[in-house]
Amino acid sequence: MGSIALDHVNKSFGDVQVIPDITLDIKDGEFVVFVGPSGCGKSTLLRLIAGLEDTTSGHILLDGQDMTKAPPARRGLAMVFQSYALYPHMTVRDNIAFPLKMAKMPKEQIDAKVEYAARTLNLASYLDRRPRALSGGQRQRVAIGRAIVREPKAFLFDEPLSNLDAALRVNMRLEITELHQQLKTTMIYVTHDQVEAMTMADRIVVLNAGNVEQFGSPLDLYNKPANRFVAGFIGSPKMNFVDGAEAAKHQAHSIGVRPEHFTLSRTPTPGAWKGTVAVAELLGSDTFLHVNVDSFGLFTVRTGGEDTYKHGDDVYLTPEPTRIYKFGPDGKAL
Amino acid sequence: MARNVSTQAKVGFTIGAWAIALLLFSPILWVILTAFKTEAEAIANPPTFLPEHFTLENFGAVQDRSDYIKHVTNSILVSVGSTLLGLIIGIPAAWSMAFAPSKKTKDILMWMLSTKMMPAVGVLIPIYLIFRDLHLLDTVHGLTIIMTLINLPIIIWMLYTYFKEIPVDILEAARMDGAELWNEITHVLVPMAVPGIASTLLLNVILAWNEAFWTITLTSGRAGTLTAFISSFSSPQGLFLAKLSAASLLAIAPILILGWFSQKQLVRGLTFGAVK
Repeated sequence: MGSIALDHVNKSFGDVQVIPDITLDIKDGEFVVFVGPSGCGKSTLLRLIAGLEDTTSGHILLDGQDMTKAPPARRGLAMVFQSYALYPHMTVRDNIAFPLKMAKMPKEQIDAKVEYAARTLNLASYLDRRPRALSGGQRQRVAIGRAIVREPKAFLFDEPLSNLDAALRVNMRLEITELHQQLKTTMIYVTHDQVEAMTMADRIVVLNAGNVEQFGSPLDLYNKPANRFVAGFIGSPKMNFVDGAEAAKHQAHSIGVRPEHFTLSRTPTPGAWKGTVAVAELLGSDTFLHVNVDSFGLFTVRTGGEDTYKHGDDVYLTPEPTRIYKFGPDGKAL
Repeated sequence: MARNVSTQAKVGFTIGAWAIALLLFSPILWVILTAFKTEAEAIANPPTFLPEHFTLENFGAVQDRSDYIKHVTNSILVSVGSTLLGLIIGIPAAWSMAFAPSKKTKDILMWMLSTKMMPAVGVLIPIYLIFRDLHLLDTVHGLTIIMTLINLPIIIWMLYTYFKEIPVDILEAARMDGAELWNEITHVLVPMAVPGIASTLLLNVILAWNEAFWTITLTSGRAGTLTAFISSFSSPQGLFLAKLSAASLLAIAPILILGWFSQKQLVRGLTFGAVK
């Protein structure tokens, strides 16, 4: 079991309020991602759940039990750190065995569990090495191994992939997702990378300045962003926004169109926005055009990899009428 | 950044370094040589460099007059005892300052260091009276306590500096792995800080070994350490240079040997915090 509930949690460091008031309900077995720009309080929120920071007010419940004041060692949660935080003076075997040793498990049982975890994570041949003799990916696997052997109520991941190179990051992303499908244990995963959030999460919490902007499934966030912040944060490349008269035509304070929701044309089209291609980024499968739209500024448009637009070309952009997002003056979706 | 140094400059630096080293070492060398001379030769004018009549009689005389073995035992008990006691108090103190600091932590550190700036003689009378009333005068445990208190600021400062270099993530990982405070310190912090703790231990053994002021004022016959032993030979009853040298040699030999074998740790200890 591993349901986690936050009830009006507040955290301040001195006079600085990092998290004003958060209430969240995370179900047992869910994969929840906290995503937001740096400094939005996502790591602090995770550390509050872990017990590494004390809440200023509010309650944290694990499986319905109030754990607000419990020290981290008593909460039964496991954490994987961005820096891996392996014990440098211990071998891989001792690193993975450490939580079991702390739980005073009999030695034979520890050995069996360590062997099993090492086989699952392809670490069997490295068990007698020290962490410094391992690559980044292997270190991250050891950190995950150390977390899974103790069969925690929930896993907490604090930006675990940001120290890895791009190719390895994609691999580890898949491994963690697979691990979740295998173990079906609650996981909370903190990242600033919205691609990680979209691909891994059952539900995403979008945080901004310590507030929950939206909590929902990845496609909910993509299709029905609650406000302009979520609309701009979820989706890659970012949504394009237009204010003023053009927005007023749609009875909104501002409107947004995603790069993938335009129809392009080289010839004037009624109702289309005229622009000039500034940069064309050819990815093969897609092309990202950065278009200077008259009177609106720089737009990003996604088009097929076969399209041959280049710098200086005139283009006419027609937004798909059903895919125009409208926002009020307070940024909320209309 | 590599610097180009000419061969002449290297030769010059080497000669200069040797000259300074020999100059600093010459009093110790003189003590060593004099210890093996007769009293007459020790004060001869002009002095001889190497002993003409090599003799061990000074050492015998020294042991006869005041018990060397007893003083060595006291020195070991006081220096090792006070250092261990200091580490037992210092490790948790440095842990809390490095990993759970409060607003006042910096002030406390400065205050502890400031106690070392005061001349020891300033508190001689109160400490002497306290020792007298608690019957701690001329006792090994009394001397161990005062030595612990004197060196505690240095022990805590050194440990604090080493602990600061340990990433807090690793201690937090231990907490998440179910380690209570005691296990966090014994299984994770201390093993990672072994080099720093070893340097602290060595430096403090040496400081306590060489401490003379409190040893001489708070002990007489029973609990005297080697510093009291040497000073008893520089008495006004007559100058026995050869015997004084023999006594000094006996007193510094153990710590000289210890220092020789732990040079690496000591250099790290003395330059702590200077470079990462």
